[in-house]
Amino acid sequence: MMSEVASFSIGYTRFLDANGKPTQDLPSFIKKETLLSLYQTMLLTRLFDSKAVTLQRTGKLNTYASTLGQEAISVGIGASMRKEDILCPFYRDYGAQLMRGVKMQEILSFWKGNEWGNHYSECPNDFPICVPIATQVLHAAGVATAFKLRKQARVVVTTCGDGATSEGDFYEALNIAGAWQLPVVFVINNNQWAISTARRAQTHAQTLAQKAIAAGIPGEQVDGNDVIAVKFVVERAVEKARARKGPSVIEALSYRLSDHTTADDAARYRASEELQHAYKEEPLSRLRTYLFAQTYWTEAEDKHFIQQCNLTIENAVNEYLALPKPAITDLFDYHFAQLPADLNEQRIEATALFKLHEMLSQ
Amino acid sequence: MTEITLIAAINQALNYEMHADQEVVLLGEDIGINGGVFRATQGLFEKFGADRVLDTPLAESMIAGLSIGMAAQGLKPVAEFQFMGFSYPALDQIINHAARFRNRTRGRLSCPLVFRMPYGAGIHAPEHHSESTETLFAHTPGLRVVVPSSPARAYGLLLAAIRDPDPVIFLEPTRLYRLQKQKVADTGEALPLDKSFLLREGKDITLISWGAMLHESLMAADSLLTRGLSADLIDVATLKPLDCDTLLASVEKTGRCVIIHEAARFCGVGAEIAAQLSEKAFLSLKAPIQRVTGYDVTVPYAQLEKQYLPSLTKIINVIDQTLEFT
Repeated sequence: MMSEVASFSIGYTRFLDANGKPTQDLPSFIKKETLLSLYQTMLLTRLFDSKAVTLQRTGKLNTYASTLGQEAISVGIGASMRKEDILCPFYRDYGAQLMRGVKMQEILSFWKGNEWGNHYSECPNDFPICVPIATQVLHAAGVATAFKLRKQARVVVTTCGDGATSEGDFYEALNIAGAWQLPVVFVINNNQWAISTARRAQTHAQTLAQKAIAAGIPGEQVDGNDVIAVKFVVERAVEKARARKGPSVIEALSYRLSDHTTADDAARYRASEELQHAYKEEPLSRLRTYLFAQTYWTEAEDKHFIQQCNLTIENAVNEYLALPKPAITDLFDYHFAQLPADLNEQRIEATALFKLHEMLSQ
Repeated sequence: MTEITLIAAINQALNYEMHADQEVVLLGEDIGINGGVFRATQGLFEKFGADRVLDTPLAESMIAGLSIGMAAQGLKPVAEFQFMGFSYPALDQIINHAARFRNRTRGRLSCPLVFRMPYGAGIHAPEHHSESTETLFAHTPGLRVVVPSSPARAYGLLLAAIRDPDPVIFLEPTRLYRLQKQKVADTGEALPLDKSFLLREGKDITLISWGAMLHESLMAADSLLTRGLSADLIDVATLKPLDCDTLLASVEKTGRCVIIHEAARFCGVGAEIAAQLSEKAFLSLKAPIQRVTGYDVTVPYAQLEKQYLPSLTKIINVIDQTLEFT
């Protein structure tokens, strides 16, 4: 005889379909102002992202990872967190980062190869963009451990891509978060592609959310192109974690409309029909349609807002372009709280050499 | 004051600092009620409770990643890896993150943490329990690598490591855990990091070592005395950053130098020391700098480990060759 000891189901939340039509009653937090703010932040994020790609194409930025199509996930997360919470992001979360006080010029600086881009002068506790895949989810569990030990009502949100869920660190983080009931929310940005590896090639599991089940954590899916749904489920998970009721895993289903980075060409491995179809599902147009239908927003207001955004972005880009190059001494000065003697010797050597080069090139 | 072993000195240092600093938190596998596989944390769970002594699930990358997140919040995690050979799944977190957070964020986030790990061969343990791969860590910018070689230095250096605002890899020679006892005053007084210790003063040769090999190096130095010769014996203690000044002063005095370490020879820390001394003390040298090290082979299972470890005979032979060189 075999008896069932566990079973699971994975919920899926969506409020607005791809045509901007409500599929169910909108949640109670949805007021006109909230909707407009979510839409405007997504639009700002998209315009910033588009500008960053342009900067890269014109030689003013190094390789850049675009967030095109993922704005609802990122902005939904940003709108669900409090200032005192902490974000441990992966590299497609500019929306949330901007909302939390990271400056556009800092994001651009990072992608121009300057560590000062991670200094986050207005957002001192968030983690910088993490490059080695899925390693940040363990940092998030560590921060959440600190919150728990100090009995603080703060929450960590960490994000990763679909590919990251194949990493050992991802499983290890879910496991410890479940075992210790940590105040952390894991959001998987399932944009269907990890560079050229399709979601179906990552795992035979039907959903990525169900990976939570093995760790004893609830997992659910959400339409990652519906910012209302993202805010609804992420906020619910964040507040649950804040109330010390444990961690959650949220798989946000979306699509990477961009190449992996500006150094990638997705046409090599991805059918154009798939991309065209994905554009019909993208997050901004459905919300715009809904806002227009509700007469919350007009075409003219949209145009005016885009102009305002572009002005903001232009100012940030000008500030970014005017930033000084990092100092030669920056090479050494931040490895330790106090520079060890042997490193100081190398610092003196490098500084002298640099000055000599400068003199000779004048 | 009773005499205590090196492992008891570790326990004493942890106990002292946990009393002194509420931010110090221990984590690792089996470190709670069980007190750790070598009993380094014995009694601390009972004293400080489950919020200060965290028994973790069995996942090394997780232990490291978690420590990083905690440290970035200002806690001072002291994590135990059960053996150095099991720290490798955590190298990604240690090398890519612990060592880099301060630099990556230009000082905004840092990692004031200690990764403790039992290290070295000589206790007849199974495979992977006898590693001495300190080079992996010493080669990584942003890490401090510290190896104690006596109960007193274990106590003082561990306190310093915990108080240091940056990540420290603290390698505990298993062969020394219970080999000798020493009086160690529990005063909370730390020893300096980034400093080597001159254990014996002599005139004919400089012996440089660390960790468990200090034991044989000391015997070698003693054997010289019976022959009317004497050696400077230096415990490097902090492998990175290296206190080259202390080593240099000695070699400039004696003109002869033998470096003794247990780790494999190729790219061992001994190679770095020999290179630096050759660069800086070339004109003082009366003989080539020699190394006595483990072979460039996988650390063997128990039956051959004696043949792997540098023996006293081998050390004395190389010392003699160096002394006789003209």
